[in-house]
Amino acid sequence: MSDSARRDSPEQAEFRQYCKAWLEDNHPGEPKVRLPLSPLEIMTQEQLSYLQGWQKSAYDAGLIGCDYPQEVGGGGHKDCQRVANEEMIAARTPFLPNVIGLGMAAPTVLYHGQEQLKRELLPRLLSGEDIWCQGFSEPEAGSDLANVQTFAHKKGDKWLINGHKVWTSLAHFSEWMILLLRTDKAHKYDGLSYFVVPIRSALGKGVTVRPLIKITGETGFNEVIFEDLEVDDRFRLDELGKGWQVAMTTLLHERGAGELQTPRSGGLRSKATHVTNTKHLMELAKQTPRNGKHASDDPLLRDKVMKQLIREEGLRQNQRRMRVPALQDHPMRLPLQNKLLASEIAQDTAAIAVDMEGASASLYLGDENAPAAGQWPMAYMNSYGMTIAAGTSEVQRNILGERVLGMPKSK
Amino acid sequence: MAQPKNFGFGEEAALLKDSARKFFEEKLPIDKLHAMIASDPTPDRMPECTWDKAIWQQMVDLGWTMVAVPEAAGGIGMPVAAVAGLAEELGRAAFPCPLLSTINCTYVLAACGAAGEAALGEIAEGNSASLAITNREGSWSAAETDVICEGGKLNGTAWYVQDARKVDRLLVSARNGAGVSLYWVAWDAPGVVLHPDAIVDLSRDQAHISFTDVEALEVAVAADGVAALEAAFPAIWSLLAADIVGAAEWLLQTTVEYTSTRKQFDHPLAFFQAVKHPLVNVMVQIDQTKSLVYNAACAIDSEPDNGLKFAHMAKASASETAALSSSRAVQYHGGIGFTWECYVHIYFKRQKHSQMLWGDADWHRCKLAEEVMGPVAA
Repeated sequence: MSDSARRDSPEQAEFRQYCKAWLEDNHPGEPKVRLPLSPLEIMTQEQLSYLQGWQKSAYDAGLIGCDYPQEVGGGGHKDCQRVANEEMIAARTPFLPNVIGLGMAAPTVLYHGQEQLKRELLPRLLSGEDIWCQGFSEPEAGSDLANVQTFAHKKGDKWLINGHKVWTSLAHFSEWMILLLRTDKAHKYDGLSYFVVPIRSALGKGVTVRPLIKITGETGFNEVIFEDLEVDDRFRLDELGKGWQVAMTTLLHERGAGELQTPRSGGLRSKATHVTNTKHLMELAKQTPRNGKHASDDPLLRDKVMKQLIREEGLRQNQRRMRVPALQDHPMRLPLQNKLLASEIAQDTAAIAVDMEGASASLYLGDENAPAAGQWPMAYMNSYGMTIAAGTSEVQRNILGERVLGMPKSK
Repeated sequence: MAQPKNFGFGEEAALLKDSARKFFEEKLPIDKLHAMIASDPTPDRMPECTWDKAIWQQMVDLGWTMVAVPEAAGGIGMPVAAVAGLAEELGRAAFPCPLLSTINCTYVLAACGAAGEAALGEIAEGNSASLAITNREGSWSAAETDVICEGGKLNGTAWYVQDARKVDRLLVSARNGAGVSLYWVAWDAPGVVLHPDAIVDLSRDQAHISFTDVEALEVAVAADGVAALEAAFPAIWSLLAADIVGAAEWLLQTTVEYTSTRKQFDHPLAFFQAVKHPLVNVMVQIDQTKSLVYNAACAIDSEPDNGLKFAHMAKASASETAALSSSRAVQYHGGIGFTWECYVHIYFKRQKHSQMLWGDADWHRCKLAEEVMGPVAA
C-alpha cells in the first residue's frame, strides 16, 4: 500500500479501490504510435486520437473531473482527483492530452463562468473531446503579461477580436481557447477582460494558427492571429474589466498553487516516456563510464546527484507541509514556490546528466549510439520551456519577494 | 508504519512551539541578548560563558529538558516532530542554553536500554548534560574517540564539547577493548578538567575536557556505544537543522525589513532585484530545509528505517541554509552589517557554528550517497 493510500478518508479509500480495479481491466496498453514526451509536444493526429481515446474512456469511468459538480459533468466527489491521479500514475497509463483544458481552463471556467456556460463547455473539456489552449502571451506581452494588446471591440451584442497570441501550445488541435484581451485601452490592468473563444470552428474565418518550432526541433506550439473574429458576449468570463483577476486563477493553477481556490480537474502528471528526475540520473550514473570506472563512483558527481536528490525530496515535502497550517507562516509561501522549484530542479538535473554523458551528450535523437536515446540533451533544452513559461523564474522571484516577503514592488 | 500526513505535528506540538516562541521573545529580546553575550568584542578575548541561569531554570520547570525523555523514565516522551518545533524556536532566539545538548543526550541514553535508565532519570529530575564524544580531529563518526577506558577508569580528552560550562553531566564515549562504551560523568568526579575553547559563536560555549583516571558509570557496555550513538544521530542532526531553520528565518526577516526601509538611489534596497531575488533564494532554501526537517523527524518517529536517510538530507540542506542565510544577511545589511553593533553577527556566528556541527553538507551528502547509491567502487 502506498503512503498516501494509508492516509485516505473512507470516501477516498473506496474510490481508490474502484480506480485500481477499473485500471486493471481497462489500461489502454502500449500505443502503436510513438508518443511525444508530454501533451505539449503532440504533433500528429494519430498521436492525438490515441490519447483522446484514452482520456474519453478514463472520463467515462469517472477518473477525471472527480471533484467537479455533477451538473457540469463532474463526479461530485470530495478530494478524490488526487487519488485518481496517483492510481493512473501507478498504473503507468498514458498522459491526458487535454492538459491545458484540465489544468487551467476548467478551474477558471468553474470559478468565473456563468452556470449555463459551465454546463455547455465543461463536459466535453473533461472528456477530452474538446482540446483547449491558452491565449495569454503576445509579442509585446511576455513577463509583462498585463501589457496584452489583443483588443475586443464592442459591436452590438457581439465582440470583434483582433490581435496576435504566441507560444500557444496545442492551438493546432484546439476547439477552444481561454483568451486574455483588452476591452479598454486607457487602463492597463482594469482594461483587461477574459473570454473563451472557439478556435477550430473559426479557422479561416478570423482565426489563423501557425506553428512555431522549438529549440529542440519539435513543433507543438503556435502563434494565433485574430482578424475580426466575432464572438458572443456570453463567452465572457466574469465582469468586463476583471480579466486580470480571472487570469490570476488560471496562473495559480498553471503554477501549481491553484488547489487553494478551485479543485484540479484531472491527472496532469502521468506516465511520460522520459522523466528528468534523480532516480533516472542515478541510473545513468551507473551506466556511464568515467575514468575507467562508472560515473556513480566519481565523488564529485555523487555529490551533485545527492544535491538534486535532496532538492527533489525538499519539494515533495514542501507539498506535504503545504497542508499543515501550523508549520507555515504565510499561506502562499509554499504554493508560490512550486513552479519555480520544480522547473529549476528539473533543469539542473538535466544539466548534470548532460555533463555526465560527456562526449556522448553530443549525440541526438537520430543517432543510434546516443545514450538514453538522446533524451537528456533534449530534456535539457526542453527544461527552458519550464523556467520561461507560465511566468519566468525571474517573475516568480518578484512575486515571492513582493507578495510573500512584502518587499517593495520592482519595475 | 506509514508517516502521518501532518508529520505527526499535532496540537500539542503546535502549542509547545507557540509558547516557546513567546517565551523567548519575552525573556530575552535581541537587544538584551546582545547586551548579555556581546559585551566584549576583543578578538582574542578570554573564553566567556555568559547566560541567564534563571531563565534556564524556568525552561527546566516548564519541562522542556525532558520533552524527549520517555514517559517510562519519568519524562514527557513527545515525538521528535514536536521537539523539532521547540528547537526551531530556540534557533530563532539564538538562545544560549544547554537545551539541545541535554536533549541529544536523552536520545543516546534512551538507546542504551536498562543501563541508561538511571542517567535518564537524572535528566527527568532537571539535570542538564552534553555529549563528549568528539576527537581532536573533529570526526563526526561514532566510533572515533580520543578517550580510553581501562580498568574502569577514563583517560584522554574529549573535544568540541558543546555548552560544556552550562551542563551538570557529561555523556562520554571511550574506547574500551572490544569497542566503544558510553559513560555518565559528573563534574565533581576527581580527574575531570574543563578547558574552555575561545570560540567565534557568542551564543554557545564549547570546551575540551580531559579525563585522568576518572571513575565513571558505564551506561552502554562495550560495543553497544556506537550503536546507541548511531541510533540517536538522526534526531540530533534533525534538531540542529531545526535550530538552523529558526535562526535563518530571523536573518531573513531582519534583512527583508532592513532592505525594505533603507533607501539608496531613491528606492528601498529591496526594490532592486539584485537584492530581492537572492533574498527569495534564502527563503526557498529555508523552506526546503524546514520541510526536510519535519519529514526526518516524522520518519524517526514513525518510519525509523528511513530516519537515517532523511536526517542526512535535513542536515545537509540545513548546513547550506546556515551558510546562505548568514552570508546574505551580512551582505545586504551593507556597511552596518559589517559592524559589531548590528545584531546580525550574533546569528551569523551561530549559523557558521551550526553549519559544521555534527557534520557539514558535504559530509552528510557523502554519507547519503553511500546509503542510496552504495559505496564507491575501489
